[in-house]
Amino acid sequence: MTDAALSTQRRVAAVRDDRVVGTNTGIRYLLAAVAVFISALMLAPVVLSLFASVKSKADASAVPPTYLPYSFSTENYQNILNYQAGLWTYVGNSLAVAALAIVFVIVLAVPAGYGLARFKFRGKEVLFLVLLLPLMIPYQSILIPIYMMFAKIGLANTHVGLAVIHTILQIPFSVYLMRNSFEGIPKELEEAAVVDGGTSFQLFTRVALPLVLPGIVTIGLFAFITSWNEFLAALIVMNKETLFTVPIMLVGVRTGHLGAVDWGTLQAGVIISIIPCIAIYVFLQKYYVSGLLSGAVK
Amino acid sequence: MNLGKRNLLGLVYMAPALLFVAVFVLYPFGQLIYTSFTDASLLGGGKWVGAANYIKIFTGDPQFWKALWFTLKYTVVITPILMGLGFLLALLTAQNDRVLQFARGVIFMPVVIGLGTSSLLWFWLFDQQVGLFDKALVDLHFAKNMIVWFTNADWALWAVIISVTWKVVGFGMILFVAALQSISREVVEASQIDGASYWQRVGMIYLPLTFRTILLVTLISAIGSMLAFDQLYIMTGGGPRGLTFTSVYWIYQSGFIKFQLGYGSALAIVLTALIMIGAAIQIFLTSRSAQQ
Repeated sequence: MTDAALSTQRRVAAVRDDRVVGTNTGIRYLLAAVAVFISALMLAPVVLSLFASVKSKADASAVPPTYLPYSFSTENYQNILNYQAGLWTYVGNSLAVAALAIVFVIVLAVPAGYGLARFKFRGKEVLFLVLLLPLMIPYQSILIPIYMMFAKIGLANTHVGLAVIHTILQIPFSVYLMRNSFEGIPKELEEAAVVDGGTSFQLFTRVALPLVLPGIVTIGLFAFITSWNEFLAALIVMNKETLFTVPIMLVGVRTGHLGAVDWGTLQAGVIISIIPCIAIYVFLQKYYVSGLLSGAVK
Repeated sequence: MNLGKRNLLGLVYMAPALLFVAVFVLYPFGQLIYTSFTDASLLGGGKWVGAANYIKIFTGDPQFWKALWFTLKYTVVITPILMGLGFLLALLTAQNDRVLQFARGVIFMPVVIGLGTSSLLWFWLFDQQVGLFDKALVDLHFAKNMIVWFTNADWALWAVIISVTWKVVGFGMILFVAALQSISREVVEASQIDGASYWQRVGMIYLPLTFRTILLVTLISAIGSMLAFDQLYIMTGGGPRGLTFTSVYWIYQSGFIKFQLGYGSALAIVLTALIMIGAAIQIFLTSRSAQQ
């Protein structure tokens, strides 16, 4: 059979197949409808929470509840603003810890990735595995000794301490991703710079670093999201009310006063805690998804 | 440039990260092993007690085994759900059609939300008085009355599974989409010529050719479930009657609520041993895929 005939046959088969699988219009609309329906289901919890957060306090706790807000009130947001030490204290703690974690992760993982990508030395792969150790030794299991150590060296109840734990979480992914990023840039660029008389450190900062900027953005982004959302270590390391991060504050809001949960205020808190994550996801989706793909299965 | 010097330089670049892991992971891990042989508590102590803690785990702490059993049950139930739904959603949304891409983006969205936050959100949705998930079930005639989820361990388990599925199903989906999209068109076309139906193609081509990704995501997911804490701490508090403690929860309970750091450490060692096996396979699979 000639190539032309074969390709015609393929095209015919593909068309026939379209009819079966659903690139034909009827099934296509059906699939789109299913996809839209599932999207609505996935969005519903967040939308309902948003609605509840703008109900009046009474409406938000009304039995039976309503899906839609029939009143509009900023009462719940005012309550969360003034919750205990004040919302900004907790948001400030979360942001401070996340910022430190981002700095730690970048300062540690970027050079490590460069070292792994650009140099050959004995035992390199073993050292790479050492950097992947936090995958094998889950941080949940070493929190007891870390807590004891922090108590001894004064890192308990500090932003730095919690950021260190969040950094541990991010090291394997970040080093792995940076190694891949540096390996992805052509060596010739640096070799040209060597000819021009650059030192190794100049090669690293002037030539290689700008080229892996997307990778650096990605690991920073993941560090932020992990740190902002992390729960267990924050629960253990931060014992003072004024040092609580947002997720720990939310549990406090839920516990409420005198046994009654203030549902509206809780949902206002939930929305506030979700906003940065969704904002990052919407605006930096490209970095987020590509990072996830290269980190997990590349 | 001197080759030997250049090589050592690589070590210099890696040094800060290695030092960090040594100080904050390896050293604590050593401490964990040591502490597990002592009676250390938050109040002091720290006398060497030999294998006493381990003996207690295996002979005198049925609650830990209950917690481990519950964790296993949770993992064994939720993992197939996450993988199956994730794969179906990937099949649905893998094409780069605008509506499908949008759906993919929306389904993935909860992955970026914190597990603690989403658990609190669902704790509200599941409330027997104000919960809108419950109300929707009643309104749609799936249930007669508002369900009381958290007074029964099995219902509580399902409540947690529903909420976690909502939060993480997009993770598997997005990785499966990538794997499906990397299947070469020729293979798919060849099967079309052979007249394979869509579901035949799923079984003979899509599943086998994404098998390694499925395996990897299954492992990542199962390890995550074995370490479950936030969702149970927030939604069930270990109740009813201590039936929904997970291993990590029980370690937290022993170490930080009952102040038994030594005993908690021994529990953590047992858990780490279990996780290490899974993680080792994960790293092996990842490094193999990087070489290909």
